[in-house]
Amino acid sequence: MADLPLTGAPASARADDPRRSLVIAFAVLCVVAFYASAAICFYGSDLFGPIRAVGNIFTGLFSGRWGTAFNPMAWITVLFTLGIVMRTVSWFGFEGQQSYAGNFFNDSGLRNFFFEMLLLGVLGWLFWFIVGNAVNNLAAAGIASGFDFLRRPAGFGINFSPFINYQEVSSYGTVYFVGLGNTLLVAISGIILATMIGFMIGIARLSHNWVISRLAYVYVEVMRNIPLLLWIFVWYFSVLRLLPGKADPLDLGPFGLLNIAGFYAPLPIWGEGAAIIPIALLVGIVGAIFLGRWASARQMATGQQFPVFWASLGLIVGLPLIAYLAAGMPLTFEMPTPSRFGPRGGARVPPEFLGLLVALVTYTASYIAEIVRAGILAVNKGQTEASHALGLRQGQALRLVIVPQAMRVIIPPMTNQYLNLTKNSSLAVAIAYPELVSVFAGTVLNQTGQAVEILLMTMLTYLTLSILVSLFMNWFNAKMALVER
Amino acid sequence: MATSAGSKTGFVRQTMEAARPAPITEVGLVGWMKKNLFSSVPNTVLTLVAIYIVWVTVPPLLEFSIFNAVWSGDNRAACTNAEQGGLQPEGWFGACWPYVGAYFKQFIYGRYPAAEYWRVNIVYFMFVAGLVPLLIPSLPYKRENALFMFLIFPVVTFILLTGGHIRLEGFLLPEAVMRPSFVKFLVDFGLLTALAVAIGYVIARGTESNPAPMIRNILFAMGGLLVIALLCAVNFGLRHVETDVWGGLLVTLVIAVTGIVASLPLGILLALGRRSQMPVIRLFSVIFIEFWRGIPLITVLFMSSVMLPLFLPEGVTFDKLLRALIGVALFSAAYMAEVVRGGIQALPKGQYEGAMALGLSYWQMMQMIILPQALKLVIPGIVNSFIALFKDTTLVLIIGLFDFLGQIQSSYSDSSWASPVQSLTGYFFAALVYWLFCFSMSRYSIFMERRLDTGHR
Amino acid sequence: MKKKILSAAIGVSVLGVAGAASAATLDDVKAKGFVQCGVSQGLPGFSNPDDKGNWTGIDVDLCRGIAAAIFGDDTKVKYVPLSAKERFTALQSGEIDVLSRNTTWTMSRDTQLGLNFAGVNYYDGQGFMVRKDLGVKSALELSGASVCTNTGTTTELNVADYFRANKLEYEIVAFEKADEVVAAYDAGRCDVYTTDQSGLYAQRLKLTNPGDHMVLPEVISKEPLGPAVRQGDDQWFNIVKWTHFAMVDAEELGVSKANFGEMMNSDNPEVKRLLGTEGEFGAALGLGNDWAANIVKLVGNYAEVFNANVGPDTDLAIARGTNDLWSRGGLQYAPPIR
Repeated sequence: MADLPLTGAPASARADDPRRSLVIAFAVLCVVAFYASAAICFYGSDLFGPIRAVGNIFTGLFSGRWGTAFNPMAWITVLFTLGIVMRTVSWFGFEGQQSYAGNFFNDSGLRNFFFEMLLLGVLGWLFWFIVGNAVNNLAAAGIASGFDFLRRPAGFGINFSPFINYQEVSSYGTVYFVGLGNTLLVAISGIILATMIGFMIGIARLSHNWVISRLAYVYVEVMRNIPLLLWIFVWYFSVLRLLPGKADPLDLGPFGLLNIAGFYAPLPIWGEGAAIIPIALLVGIVGAIFLGRWASARQMATGQQFPVFWASLGLIVGLPLIAYLAAGMPLTFEMPTPSRFGPRGGARVPPEFLGLLVALVTYTASYIAEIVRAGILAVNKGQTEASHALGLRQGQALRLVIVPQAMRVIIPPMTNQYLNLTKNSSLAVAIAYPELVSVFAGTVLNQTGQAVEILLMTMLTYLTLSILVSLFMNWFNAKMALVER
Repeated sequence: MATSAGSKTGFVRQTMEAARPAPITEVGLVGWMKKNLFSSVPNTVLTLVAIYIVWVTVPPLLEFSIFNAVWSGDNRAACTNAEQGGLQPEGWFGACWPYVGAYFKQFIYGRYPAAEYWRVNIVYFMFVAGLVPLLIPSLPYKRENALFMFLIFPVVTFILLTGGHIRLEGFLLPEAVMRPSFVKFLVDFGLLTALAVAIGYVIARGTESNPAPMIRNILFAMGGLLVIALLCAVNFGLRHVETDVWGGLLVTLVIAVTGIVASLPLGILLALGRRSQMPVIRLFSVIFIEFWRGIPLITVLFMSSVMLPLFLPEGVTFDKLLRALIGVALFSAAYMAEVVRGGIQALPKGQYEGAMALGLSYWQMMQMIILPQALKLVIPGIVNSFIALFKDTTLVLIIGLFDFLGQIQSSYSDSSWASPVQSLTGYFFAALVYWLFCFSMSRYSIFMERRLDTGHR
Repeated sequence: MKKKILSAAIGVSVLGVAGAASAATLDDVKAKGFVQCGVSQGLPGFSNPDDKGNWTGIDVDLCRGIAAAIFGDDTKVKYVPLSAKERFTALQSGEIDVLSRNTTWTMSRDTQLGLNFAGVNYYDGQGFMVRKDLGVKSALELSGASVCTNTGTTTELNVADYFRANKLEYEIVAFEKADEVVAAYDAGRCDVYTTDQSGLYAQRLKLTNPGDHMVLPEVISKEPLGPAVRQGDDQWFNIVKWTHFAMVDAEELGVSKANFGEMMNSDNPEVKRLLGTEGEFGAALGLGNDWAANIVKLVGNYAEVFNANVGPDTDLAIARGTNDLWSRGGLQYAPPIR
């Protein structure tokens, strides 16, 4: 590329560069121009306005007056100045180039520097423009700003808050966490279920059984060619109508009751000494992990196999069961009972959650199925033949040979689907499932009118979630990657 | 062997016996079924389960949509049972197609004035007539066709749909210097052109190329812009139609097509920026792309509907549809950038080296060597983004624009067709239309993928 | 003015971009040639588009009245359908000139959102609608019920207050759009639908079997609904305020669309002042002196507007009640034109 520096000069080369003063002058010019235009446009031609605003950050930080310290205009100014300084320093430090001959334009290092200053200036000014307008408009309209509203009581009810004890007197800040919890709940359960169903359908799509593969094909094409929002409406509004009314729920026996107001599961009530059960479960899981390691180490060393799956299952299920019996069966279930306004008692899952989850899972599963199919097809056919030649059965070949190799192809696009599912959970706003967008960027925004703060918080939350999922999947990908020896 | 030598009673066949047909269990329908459906016990169980699934889903769907459906009627009476005040027997359950028929025009045109439907029809026609030849690879005149779709079509569409005749009153100089008028617009435009030429000169010199063609191109583009602006300002005698009354499929297509057309150049720039050697530009591109990819579209739309107005200077407002369009374009630009980047990265390094060896400048290399190849590679990706965008346009109904789905939903509030099957019918119809669009586009994307796959892996 | 610096820069190539009000809304409105009026996305009786896209309703008639007062032409209105969430931003940003969208006048909205309420064109109160077969006669029997409502409205807060105050259990299901609330209530997701009583009557029409549902007698809140304008433009504030007052005064004086012609020749000084045949009251608003005459001629007086949109003869069948004139025991009271 033309921008590639042809040869790197040692860092000291810049020290006696004759155009050093030009660069410094240009950088200073950029900063001064930025400060001046900002002062003229937003501080009523008070030339020291931006500088005072920046100074206020420090005084605010040291005196603990957070309101002054978090002046967004000042922060943009600081970041912009820092950007220019850092870029100037980097020009001196790293991007040396030997050809000094010719004019300014023929020195790619200098030229890039110039363009980047320009971009920084435009960006800085754009941000100033936006934030300045927002500040002016909000002040002119007399709208409160800042994050103080998070401490004010919300006053409205939320019908589903499994993790946080939410009351009407709770604060808007609590509402945020309720929404976040509900988003995470639907996202995580959606990811798990969609992965399972997606794998099943992806493998079914490659089945030799004609009916099965056609059925999987039709499923995929129907699901992914219709907008998710429409699916959510269909599942929620249409399937909702098919469920029995509140007074006469569908009795699912030991699993609870199902009606239009949701699914009522039996609520476990832990008695005396029940704490031992989760401990036993934990011990079982840890034991299973160690067992797996030991077994695979032994198989590596001696070739002897160990029924890891059944043993682990025994540990994970058996230990808690023994603990349960040993503790004198301290677990009872509160069964929901029907009444006029719907069943009482039990653990209720609202239909909004069910509708959203089903729509998200079935929709995303169709994409995952295609990813899985493509991943498996990407594995060389010779691998299947070789594993059959080794005497592995179809299932074993899939589990031990094909899928581990396919995973390398599958994981990166799968990450995208997980991110999509998390982001798509925000469509719950259409069917009143109280997740982040619906309850925080919806109700709270309406009640307080503080659009900027609330939408910024919401977007930052999703960004953080996206980054976390990406990081996790990158780690997982690195773990699964082909270890080249 | 016993029969081979000296046996008097031996019989030697003189002719080959005709081949017997394969056993019935191996060929034909039965053989196929045995091999593919009932080869083992688990397979048989799976087959039966699958058939059961088909059995419980397909017949009710057909019954609802065709056999039990109502095909004619004037109001809700046709689609309700006697208890609800209608003509149908108790327990009737089927689609209410006359309701779709009554609202069909709204679903296609929104509340666009009926007398002006012809304008929308022309736009639809131009869209199909321009797009279909563009999509068929074997047809000639691709360049002219693309020019039509990306230049003439948008301008004509804009004039037809809004009515054109916008007032040009200048945009650059403050009002203190010059009163807003058409002359001021021309003066401002001249200043802008001069500025663009100056920047073009600097960039051209900066990228080691000859400034003359660059300046010529800029003058050409600015001249084109001026012509477009003047065209939009001409009074063709078309009635002005506010975007508030646009709706239905019209809005869906406007958003999806604008989104994809606007996001393509932005996406290319961002993709180049992300692979640039300049750290600030690379950082900016990465942050921009990852920001938009990290947030849900619905928050982008909320931002455009409640936050964007606050970001503009006092007194400046945007049309609501336009705000949504800006949000959608920026959002899809980030995705487009990743698609294009995939194409750029897929090119072998030799292409770059060859281009540089020929002494091409950066922009020449991109324009003549890299982008043509990269963009061709990513046609399926672009079509897939378009499908995603087409489906995502449904989200605008949450901010109160009436796209196809939104228009269908809003028709539910009409009490003259209210019935228990109204919403199901509406959703069924919407699903059918979306499915037809998306499925055919995805087929096209697969077709292009196969065509472009030259087989070297 | 910084007006239009940006608008036209982008406006060359894009859809309608309009510079709007900053200081003098009236001047901007006159320059544009129409009033931009924020209305609901569809609430029968208040602001509702029919299948041809014509808007009708009490709130719409107020907008028509403003246009009639300014232009002498009640069609010079551009209706901007807004969701509950967008309505205040749209007003603050100048996207609309007046918000006439069944909006409750509350202290926090009046003081914190940079807007002014210009009167009350409908006195409402929040009520409950239930299925008749539920056998409920009073809201106090609703313990344990699921309640459907719109998010971000005062109703959501009122219902929380009411159930808490009466120590009743409840489950709130709050939707973004009114149509979704109706759909969910109709499907049986909720036992109760709560919103302003006028809204209940209006939305009941959208239910599959309107006859199966009843509105409970309790009114749990005060919901004065009225038009709102931006703070800081008193002239515009006055125009909106007096458009409503003119309609109420006209009813009180017996001036209506029907008898408008003969009333123009009336000798009653109050009528003469209203219709502008005497005095310079319109000029003080920055309008023509026939401003109120145009309102009555083109839109009608308050009684006519009420009866045509929500009155007993309409599908909504709402009695005048609190919205009757003060002289007949209601709350509608307009200062005199003098």
